[in-house]
Amino acid sequence: MSEKYKNKTLAEIINIEQAKNLLNKNLRKGDRGLLDYRDIKIETGTIKKAFGSATVNLGDTVVVAGVNFELGTPFIDTPNNAILLVEGEILPTASVEAEAGPPDEHEIEISRVIDRGIRESGMINFEKYVIIPGETVIKIFVDFNIINDDGNIIDAANLAAVAALATAEIPKVEYIREHIDEVNNINIKEIPRESFKVEEIPIANTIGIFDGKVLVDPDAAEEEVVDTLITFTHLSTGEICSVQLLKGGLTYEEVFKTLDVAYQKNLELREILKNNGISL
Amino acid sequence: MSNNFKRIDGRTPDQLRPYKIRAGILKNADGSAEIKLGKNWIVVGVYGPKEHFPKFEALQDRAILFCRYHMAPYSTTERKSPKPSRREIELSKVIRSALEEAVILERFPEMSIDIYIEVLQAEGSTRVASITAASVALAEAGIPMKDMVVGCSAGKVNGKIVLDIGETEDKEGEADLPIAIMPNLKKVVLLQMDGKLTHEEFKEAFEMALKGALELYEEQKRALKDLIEKMKELEGESNE
Repeated sequence: MSEKYKNKTLAEIINIEQAKNLLNKNLRKGDRGLLDYRDIKIETGTIKKAFGSATVNLGDTVVVAGVNFELGTPFIDTPNNAILLVEGEILPTASVEAEAGPPDEHEIEISRVIDRGIRESGMINFEKYVIIPGETVIKIFVDFNIINDDGNIIDAANLAAVAALATAEIPKVEYIREHIDEVNNINIKEIPRESFKVEEIPIANTIGIFDGKVLVDPDAAEEEVVDTLITFTHLSTGEICSVQLLKGGLTYEEVFKTLDVAYQKNLELREILKNNGISL
Repeated sequence: MSNNFKRIDGRTPDQLRPYKIRAGILKNADGSAEIKLGKNWIVVGVYGPKEHFPKFEALQDRAILFCRYHMAPYSTTERKSPKPSRREIELSKVIRSALEEAVILERFPEMSIDIYIEVLQAEGSTRVASITAASVALAEAGIPMKDMVVGCSAGKVNGKIVLDIGETEDKEGEADLPIAIMPNLKKVVLLQMDGKLTHEEFKEAFEMALKGALELYEEQKRALKDLIEKMKELEGESNE
């Protein structure tokens, strides 16, 4: 048996071979076109204990994201900015390959791609959440977990993170300022809240190239067989705010071809978010 | 674009910082190189191909490429913890992924090739400078490759698209676009971007980075030719 199947189960090998055979004929599992996303379901407020949360199903990929706020000290070089921390893990429930333990390079890469999308998009007005410059700011935690991994976890996790942030409620900055002396003794969850206003919505779209053919939203088996995977994150203005070549290489022309497809698909995902009540 | 526009370090928009690549700088490594690009100083050592350990991890049909991108604690203005950061783990992955496209790993089943990239002084665009040096080190180690890999960055600073982003420009600029290419196969093997760019600006920056990479490709070849000349001289001396 070929070495590329090392550490794979028989079921995975069958799926991979099937994905390859189908893509060779321009087909995909479930009659999906090359430029079609799988069904997307977005549900917000799924974790009541968090300040904001969302669960996203993208085909059989399931991601849960939660937003939490804490008070903390700003970084020395950015005394007038709130702090954002985006971290994600693929839980051991997610697939036969997923392992418990500290994040590996794959998980770190995914988290950092989503972090860059949120950070660089201007989605969060970091200056708004400063209590005392240089001393106390709000720390914004976005944590996401992959519960089940059937591929394209970046697009799914980005949707979950964005939906959780856009529907989050943040402790009132004014209230914290007024009660700053006693605030250390108050549970942050008890502080009155207001809607967390997002200023932009970044949308990540991952594009695959198989034998020169461009496809969107690869599932886990397709991720194994495509030559190239690249993610573009777009803003509502049509600008790009993050790019990451995840796998393989591509020709100069293919860079712009995949960019155009990503742009078209970003409009589609933006519409789905809007239908779920998430828009600017 | 007006070429009168001057950047923070006096460069024109499409000008690289001063650069110099040297091959074969480490006695012990199978291949090595050093790049200086502006104040960046990066050393790369390649060890291998060698038998992979532990053996059960070895691949029967190809070699495993290992890559570590690491910044020295004194390489930045504020001391950096020597412990690998999340950023360094991500960069090690994207650099390895880029080099994997070029190295003919199938030539060395059961083996591994280790690439160690040490950033001794950092001044922006270290990931692409690292790739450029690593590719020279791999070539010096005699490891078969489909093409060289050469990297360069472009970005947007004060509304202008500029080549080879320096440290201050990276911090104050609007966008950073590092790329690495295989210049003869005309393939992109590393592509990242963060910041804000319109599609037109992205295209302009991409094409500018491409040009910069081709200039550095000439320097890669010069560094390798230099080394060969030096070896010839040494051979000549020992024959006398």
